[in-house]
Amino acid sequence: MGGFLVRRFLGAIMLLVITSIVTFAIFFVVPRMAGQTVDQLAAQYVGKDPSPAEIEATKEKLGLDRPLVVQYGQFVKGVVAGREFTFGATREYCPPPCFGYSFKTQRPVWPDLVDRIGVTASLALGASVLWLVAGVAIGVLSALRKGTFFDRAAMFTALAGVSLPIFFTGLLSLALFRPSGVNYVPFTDNPLEWADNLLLPWVTLAFLYAALYARLTRAGMLETMGEDFIRTARAKGLTEPVVVTRHALRATLTPILTVFGLDIGLLLGGAVLTESTYSLPGIGRYAIDAINNNDLPQVLGVTMIAALFIVLANLTVDILYAVADPRVRL
Amino acid sequence: MRRKTLVVGVVLALGISACSSGGDKDTKTGTAEFNAADSKIVNASDKKGGTLNLALSDDWDSIDPGNTYYAFSWNFARLYGRSLTMFKPAPGKDGLELVPDLATGLGTVSDGGKTVTYKLRPNVRYEDGTVVTAKDVKNAVARTYARDVLPNGPSYFVELLDAPGYQGPYKNPDLNAFTGVQTPDDSTVVFKLKAPFGDFDFLVSAPQTMPVPQAKDTGAKYQEHPLSTGSYKVDSYEPGKQFVLSRNPNWDTSDPNRRQLVDKIDVKLKTSAEDIDNRLLAGSLDADVAGSGVQAAAQSKILSDPKLKANADNTFTGRLWFFVMDEKVAPFDNIECRKAVQYATDKVSLQTAYGGPIAGGDIATTMLPPTIVGYQKFDLYATPDNKGDVTKAKAALTACGKPDGFSTSILLRADRPKEVAAGEALQQALSKVNIKAEIKSVPAGQYFTRFAGAPEYMKTNNIGIAFHGWQADWPTGFGFLQQLVDGRTIKAQGNTNVQEMDDPAINALFDKAAGSTDAKEREAIYGQIDKAAMERASVVPFLYGKGLLYRNPAMTNVFIDYSYGMYNYTLLGKQ
Repeated sequence: MGGFLVRRFLGAIMLLVITSIVTFAIFFVVPRMAGQTVDQLAAQYVGKDPSPAEIEATKEKLGLDRPLVVQYGQFVKGVVAGREFTFGATREYCPPPCFGYSFKTQRPVWPDLVDRIGVTASLALGASVLWLVAGVAIGVLSALRKGTFFDRAAMFTALAGVSLPIFFTGLLSLALFRPSGVNYVPFTDNPLEWADNLLLPWVTLAFLYAALYARLTRAGMLETMGEDFIRTARAKGLTEPVVVTRHALRATLTPILTVFGLDIGLLLGGAVLTESTYSLPGIGRYAIDAINNNDLPQVLGVTMIAALFIVLANLTVDILYAVADPRVRL
Repeated sequence: MRRKTLVVGVVLALGISACSSGGDKDTKTGTAEFNAADSKIVNASDKKGGTLNLALSDDWDSIDPGNTYYAFSWNFARLYGRSLTMFKPAPGKDGLELVPDLATGLGTVSDGGKTVTYKLRPNVRYEDGTVVTAKDVKNAVARTYARDVLPNGPSYFVELLDAPGYQGPYKNPDLNAFTGVQTPDDSTVVFKLKAPFGDFDFLVSAPQTMPVPQAKDTGAKYQEHPLSTGSYKVDSYEPGKQFVLSRNPNWDTSDPNRRQLVDKIDVKLKTSAEDIDNRLLAGSLDADVAGSGVQAAAQSKILSDPKLKANADNTFTGRLWFFVMDEKVAPFDNIECRKAVQYATDKVSLQTAYGGPIAGGDIATTMLPPTIVGYQKFDLYATPDNKGDVTKAKAALTACGKPDGFSTSILLRADRPKEVAAGEALQQALSKVNIKAEIKSVPAGQYFTRFAGAPEYMKTNNIGIAFHGWQADWPTGFGFLQQLVDGRTIKAQGNTNVQEMDDPAINALFDKAAGSTDAKEREAIYGQIDKAAMERASVVPFLYGKGLLYRNPAMTNVFIDYSYGMYNYTLLGKQ
């Protein structure tokens, strides 16, 4: 088990390193291939009609005049050991993990990211509880009542949930239930207001995911209920609720939890559409701004955070699998 | 000015008399009705208390007064900073008048226009209680030279002041090295110009003259807490989230240009545009800080409901939408061919394509919009109902030697649907007189750096017509027109004089205006420049931009500030 964990942990770190290199390459190499020069990149951060001298000064300030390898090395050094930055009159030490200062806002990236993780985590975790409970419950009931009106209605609704984009259901829900909008309040400030403001985004997001989980659970349950061990359980004289919950559902849940882990990882990396629709200041909206502003430190920071969550989710799922099935550790 | 949000006018102003603590008492006031805030102060009130809830779909470029270049930001900055001058806080055209703010009067000009002197009001204090001195204003101007540290603001002072080689106070902290501004005593600020500049009072209304004490100037980090001299101080600014201000306890209550009615101002940032509209109509939001107008869905709701409509204003944004013909690209090197396009243009169809009279704007016949100092109404190429005149257009074509028409291209920005629609409307109108125009779409982001703003590209690709939009940094004819029609501004890249108009007579008029110390004379010259430019027939203005703004009926002292084309923020209160 120890060896397995070490292998997985090193693999996760490698994945993060590769992600950062790819992001760096996308930011610098791809635009060059389309004809963008370093001067044009720097000119975006100098304001209107910059002079060549101002562009040079900005390149120097942002470190864009240095070779890519050096720039990447400085980034890694910042993440691991911290870096120093100059802001006109003052020099600032940026402690690790330092993702640098935004080209656009000139604020440190890491504290802004940490600030937004709370919003995104509140959204993702609350919604995930809803969709897991609702999706699995509906899926089980549909499977048990296969072919009935309930089954057809539930699956139709699930299809609608999967098909309707969040920016449509989100805007509709806002117009119908909360035209005054959603104002995020941190849990630590006021738990009631926190829940009150997040309820609508939770339900909307859960509507989308619950649909997927209902269909997954239904399919899994239908398959499992036809297995021999279910017939054996019934033959042993177990009651139907016990057969369904302790035997069929348990077997069905394993792949669902795998998907759940990955979904949570993805959402923690930024629920872009949901956050934009409900104007929630989370990681997803931060990512959009970072990309729109061509702001490398922000893009790198948000990419690394998103990758980290996905890697952690994968790692958790792998470990849980290893616990459940020793063959995985081989 | 290219970016939609980019600052327009430097100004703002205050002075609403009826509402201000020390002003006169003759300002027009009125109750809520459609367009009421365009000419009157709506809900005039002295009531104190409450929170002003605002929102923005985007974010500030920076809240540092020396590092910002958005129109709404300049408008809003007056809440927490006082510049040397500002626009009078009054509805209607009165709002285009400059009044002193941190200074006791407008600039005193000497040395043939190359020296401009301001005296500071006594005992204006920062939020921490320290007194503002002339050196703080000097430092504020000096830091605009450090474009590597504060990149966002305009560079007018760098271009106009006589300070050769100066690179800002961060590379050399000795302010004596900055010769562009001198401070003979603590209350006198003397600007030294390379050449006379008639609109200088307008320039110093920019937030770049809001004082910044050198001891507290932390460069790019100053935005974390700019020291306030206005009626409100910055409590917190979290980019992408929230900007909160509260009463400044050391505000000079004799300030005639501001009020301090609400306890708190709360701006939610990065709120989606549709969400903002919903909140406005639900009453949980008081105004959209950007001031660019509601989205299409809310527009329909507002215009179809008399109660909502009574809280809306359809106002000029100060922007002009037009297209140009490159005078250096055949056949538009012949003025008669340009006139043919002028007469063939159906401005009504262009207006419809661009959003109609409410969201698009009024049909334009001049380059200067009605809210700019120097505007005179005229129409050199009038057609019946503005729908084009095929007969006159064909006559012009004949005079041009192209009686059977010709072929050309229309350049526009592909990612601007309204511009594409307008281009198609123009294409259709021109086809009626056998001018075959092919539409070429390019990305908006590089429109002025690689395409329309690069004369070589226009010539090489035989682009005869290009779309254009403009909003001035300050609302005078000079501020609006100089970058558009002064031939000396033509450059290889980033060129905004896209039609390549280079007329010595027009250029000389700009010099005459810059050298004039008489505001009335300058105003008359701006009108002459507008006419002279239109006589060359290479610019076809078709819309004076407008937007539909919504105000929460609970807001008091609301009016449109013509200098920014949006609500004024310095006097607002809550019922």
